[in-house]
This record gives sequence, C-alpha cells and structure tokens, in this order.
Amino acid sequence: MSKDKPTYKEHRVEREWCKGCGICVHFCPKNVLALDQEQKVMAARPEDCICCRLCEYRCPDLAIEVICED
Amino acid sequence: MSRHLKFVQGNVACAEAALYAGLEFFAGYPITPSSEIAEFMAKRLPQSGGKFIQMEDEIASICAIIGASLTGRKVMTATSGPGFSLMQEALGYAVMTEIPCVIVNVQRGGPSTGLPTHVSQGDVNQARYGTHGEHAIVALTASTHQDIFAITVDAFNFAETYRTPVILLLDETTGHLRERLDVPKKDEIATVGRLKTSVQQGVDYHPYLPREDGRLPMSDFGGAHRYNVTGLFHDMWGFPTESPKIVYGLIRHLVDKIEHNADQMTRWKEYYTDDAPTVLISYGAASRSALHLVENRRKRGEKLGLLELQTLWPFPHALVREKCRHARAVVVVEMNMGQVLQQVKLAVDQPEKVFLANRIDGELITPTDIQNIIHVIQGKGV
Amino acid sequence: MPVRDYLRERFFPHMWCPGCGHGTVLNALLRAVEKLGLDKNDIVMVSGIGCSARISGYVDFHTMHTLHGRALAFATGVKMSRPELTVLVPMGDGDALAIGGNHFLHAARRNIDMTAIIMNNRIYGMTGGQFSPLTGYGCFGTTAPYGNVDHDFDVVELSTAAGATFVARSTTYHVIELADIIKKAITHKGFSVVEVLSQCPTNFGRRNQLGSAVEMLETYKKQTVPLNSKAAQDAPDKIRRGIFVEKERPEYSNEYKKMIRTATGES
Repeated sequence: MSKDKPTYKEHRVEREWCKGCGICVHFCPKNVLALDQEQKVMAARPEDCICCRLCEYRCPDLAIEVICED
Repeated sequence: MSRHLKFVQGNVACAEAALYAGLEFFAGYPITPSSEIAEFMAKRLPQSGGKFIQMEDEIASICAIIGASLTGRKVMTATSGPGFSLMQEALGYAVMTEIPCVIVNVQRGGPSTGLPTHVSQGDVNQARYGTHGEHAIVALTASTHQDIFAITVDAFNFAETYRTPVILLLDETTGHLRERLDVPKKDEIATVGRLKTSVQQGVDYHPYLPREDGRLPMSDFGGAHRYNVTGLFHDMWGFPTESPKIVYGLIRHLVDKIEHNADQMTRWKEYYTDDAPTVLISYGAASRSALHLVENRRKRGEKLGLLELQTLWPFPHALVREKCRHARAVVVVEMNMGQVLQQVKLAVDQPEKVFLANRIDGELITPTDIQNIIHVIQGKGV
Repeated sequence: MPVRDYLRERFFPHMWCPGCGHGTVLNALLRAVEKLGLDKNDIVMVSGIGCSARISGYVDFHTMHTLHGRALAFATGVKMSRPELTVLVPMGDGDALAIGGNHFLHAARRNIDMTAIIMNNRIYGMTGGQFSPLTGYGCFGTTAPYGNVDHDFDVVELSTAAGATFVARSTTYHVIELADIIKKAITHKGFSVVEVLSQCPTNFGRRNQLGSAVEMLETYKKQTVPLNSKAAQDAPDKIRRGIFVEKERPEYSNEYKKMIRTATGES
C-alpha cells in the first residue's frame, strides 16, 4: 500500500507572535525558512518543504503552522 | 427525633459541627492540641462520602483544601500555632482568590513550639495580621461546646456568604475539655450552601465581578466555565493585571466585603452588663473563668457584668463601645498580653478606664486571678 | 490548527523571552492533549510561581496559578475532590524541587493520578538568574558568581525513589518524542513525572557561555541519548532520554474510593 506524500500548501506565520529566535530556521532539515528584515520567520524556499512540521512543533512562540494536504 | 446528646471534647464539638455544616473535604497535619479534629475526620468523613487527607505539612494542608473548595466542596483544616504560622502564605492566597474555607487554630502557648499542651490566646493578632498585605479577615471563637458547635456552623456560613477564609480561634482548654454537647437536629441551624453562578455554558462568565450585593457566584472547577485563579491582582476574568484602577478596586472589595458586613458577622453573649459598673470582656476559655466570677459575685451582691466576644475579627468596636458606655471600669480577661485589650481601648470613649486581667504562663486564668486584679483596680488591694 | 483551540490567544505573544524553551513545552503539551482528544472542560492545570508557572495563563483549561512550590498540594485537593478530572501540573525546577521539594516527594509517594511536568531550565529565570537545585556544580548564576558549590538532583532518580510510577525525560529539541512522552504520562494512571530540559538563553545560557537558544538546542541534541540505545551504550556520560519507569501501583484517589466503600459498609 503506497502512501502519498503530503502536498505542501503554505507556512502560516503569526507575525505578532514570532520573536525571531531562529530555532525553526536553524533546524529546518531542508533549509526552507529564513528570518526577514523584521526578524520574523518566512518560507524563503517553500518548494523544498517536506511537511515534516518540525518548525511548527519546535516553535517556542507557537507562531508557525505548516499547511499541507494529505 | 430525639435530641442527640454527647459528652465530648471541644475539638469534637467543632468537628461535629463542621459535618453538620456540610463539610466534604478536610486536609490536615497532626499537631497538638488540634489532632483530635483530624482523627475525627479520618474516621467520619469517608462514612458520609467525604474525604480526609493527611498531607505532608500544614502548608500542603491549607493548599489542598483551597484546591478542593474550588471544585465546589465545603472544606476545612485544623492546626495549632506552629502550623498556623506555616499556613499564613496560603491564607493570603485564599483571601486574594476569594475561596471559601475554614481554618481552625486550637491555640497553644507560643511563640515557636512554645507550650504544646498548655492554653494560650496568643494568636488573636496573628489571625488578623499574619498574612502579608492589606486585607480583612474573619475570626471567631467560643467558650462552651454548645457555642463552639454554633460558631463553627457560622464559620462555614460566613465563608460561603462572603467567599473568604474564616479562622476559628479555639484554645487548648476548650479544645480538650469534655462537656455535654446537644447536637442540634437537622435544619435547626441554617446552613449556607455555595452560591453558584446561573450563567449558562457558552456565555461570558466573570468569576471576579461582584454582584450588586457584593457577592461572587462561583463556578466549580471541572464545570461549565473555564477561568483563571491567581494570587496576583486580577481582573474580573481572573487574569493578572497591574492596572492601578483594578488593583485599587480589588483591595477595596476584599476589605469592604468583610468590614461592611461586620454587623452580620458579630456574635457575642452578655451577662448582667445592663447595670454593671465593672464590665469584663473576655472570650474563649478565659471567659469561662470570667463568667464563673461574675455569677459568684452577683450572688454576693457585687454588680459585675461580662461581655463574651465570639467574633474577634472584624472587631466589634461599636458593640464594645455600647456595652461599656456606662461602665466605670472595663476589664479585659484574656491569656495574652492584651491583644483584645488594644481593640477595646480603641473602641471605648475613655481608654483609661480599660484594664487587663491576664495570664501568660500556660495556665488557665482563674476566677481568683481576675478577682485579685479587680480588687487592685478598685483600690482594695489584693 | 487544532492546537490553537486550546490557547487563550488574547494573551499572545506570550511573556517568555525569545528562544525560551518553555513555549516549546507548551507547544508539545497541547499536541499531546490534542492527540488524546481531551475536552477542555475536563482538564485542570495547576501551576506555582516562576517563568514556567505562567504557562497556566495561556491554556484554555480550568487554570490555577498558585504559590511558589505549592502547585502539587493545591492539585492534590482538586484531584482528591474530583478524580475524574485530568490534572496537569507544570513546574519549574526551583518551584518543583527547592521550595516545592517536599510536596513533590509526597505526591509521588501517594501515587496520586496527575502529571507533573518539570520544565528544567536550571535557573530561577523570573527573579534574574539565581542558581536552582538543578543548576549543577560549577555552573554560574547571580547567586553563584564564583561557580556553584551546590550539587544538583537527578530528577529521574529522585522521582523513582519517591515512588512515581511514570518517570520520563526529554528535551525541547526532541519535540516529537516530548509530545509522545507527555501523552503517555497523561494517560498513565498514577503520579507521572516528565522532566523536560528547557533552555533559558537569557539567564542560564548567557551566564554559562552556552550560546544562543539554537546552540543550547544543539547541545541537547548532541549531549543526550535515547535510553537503552546503542548510542547510550557508547556514551555512558551522556544524559539519557526516554521513559525510565512505567509501572502499576494502587492509585491514591482510587484507593480512597475503596476506603469510602469500607467506611460506609458497602463493600
């Protein structure tokens, strides 16, 4: 039985909540994320996202949600 | 139903009354001279479906009852001086969070471990001022088992009505003394249940927004409304705030709800005060000796009167002023160095006519002790 | 995002410092609760005082922010009174093991069914960086300016000795594992302890030259190993993660229920 990989839609970021600690950026296995000029997280290379959601889980500010379709 | 007569210790009278008032949860830690209350609860509470827990110390005991009260239970703990000292932190938490609970302090000699098996009334001021920060408190006492029973029910009723901790200041003598107790029939003394909110689930509930009458309907933890409880200054939802306006309002509310209802909470007894040029003021075990003396002297034609206080805090200044208006001398009989004396001096028109008859050596003050001091006051010598 | 349903969003952004691990603990805790499908009305969270204790303000449960060290004592009253409720008690290291040490030992001894989460950042953060009972020998704090001469507790050994029937450790780096462990701890019938190594870059990291939050997480990654793993065998000095104790012992409120049956003559 094959299981399709989830399809990446978007990173939803609660910009007001993000404190720019950089944990998500540093530990993203595919180097998808970056901090913008205001030190808020953004998906710089969304096409590389594999929907592992580690950024969402690790975020101390609960500011990230990765939207994927199964 | 016939009357239910018992021959018991004062501690047991208090414990019986707690059950009568609807006690459901008791947490405590052994300490002389209050342990009989915990022992009674360990046996009797589970028989009525209630719960008793022996905690690791008095701090944990008072914390546990506050937690249980928040789930809708009537709760109590009992201790003595050293344990009461440990409870001061959480007592303040109960004041701040307005969680009903009853704390019994069967007073013994202090400071420190002091005199574990001897009587004292040294914790009157601690009951009032023991926890830090501005606040008001309710503290009650009684001298006979029948009165201990009634005042214990009052303690629960006040705790529920005003959402406040209530302190029962008993003492070693009355706590351990055995005498007759006539347990009232069911409903003979009114008991006040928890005032619950009528706000429906899904509608914004304000746990800390007083009604017009100052009362705060509660919602049980585990019930329909999720809210926050904190010892920090808090808004009407229970969330921390440092807003000066809200801080001011909360302090005023905490103090006013007690002070403005002092009349409703004032309990006392009086004996021959109407025509007495010398009025004794006493409470707890000391007032048993005071009453003995008053009745003996009356038989010999000497006009002594006694005002026995049962509500110590909020202190009934108006009552004391009224009862002492025509007295030439007021003698406060207590087993400390004048803790109620200070309040009586504040209450009366002529503080210089107020005298102290006390003992601080761990022995019960006797009628003779009081008589000797009255003689000195009257210039007759001992 | 289902997890957000459990938040009191109006208080966000939260008060913790950038990179503080406590937010990640909150994150993992909510994922555990979400996976268990618990009703918000059935959960009571009781916390004490400190940075960690502020967690109770952020969750949409019945929440009680109590006194320093006393959370477990308050929680014991709640649980005894209403055993059907799920009781969560997040605590800081000083909160749980210094001022609250005695309550911790006795809650474990009783095996009362609640979940104690020790958010171990090895420092008193809220008061500005004083050493805690988990700071450790030789580390620095504002009250250990020459290096700490106090030794630390091992939370796992302490909890085990005290009688906790579920004892686990994880870190804010190992978030999937952490959420899973918390989930198991909540499900466990008895007193469960989860120690979470949680970085404090502001007050512990900075004073001990441990770098940024990211670098502190790198340390958790490199210096911890799963219990009973090959990696653990190869590195006896590294910190073990995983579930150390998971056993059955009569649970306190359940035993009390039986006692009521004895007392009322129903049994």
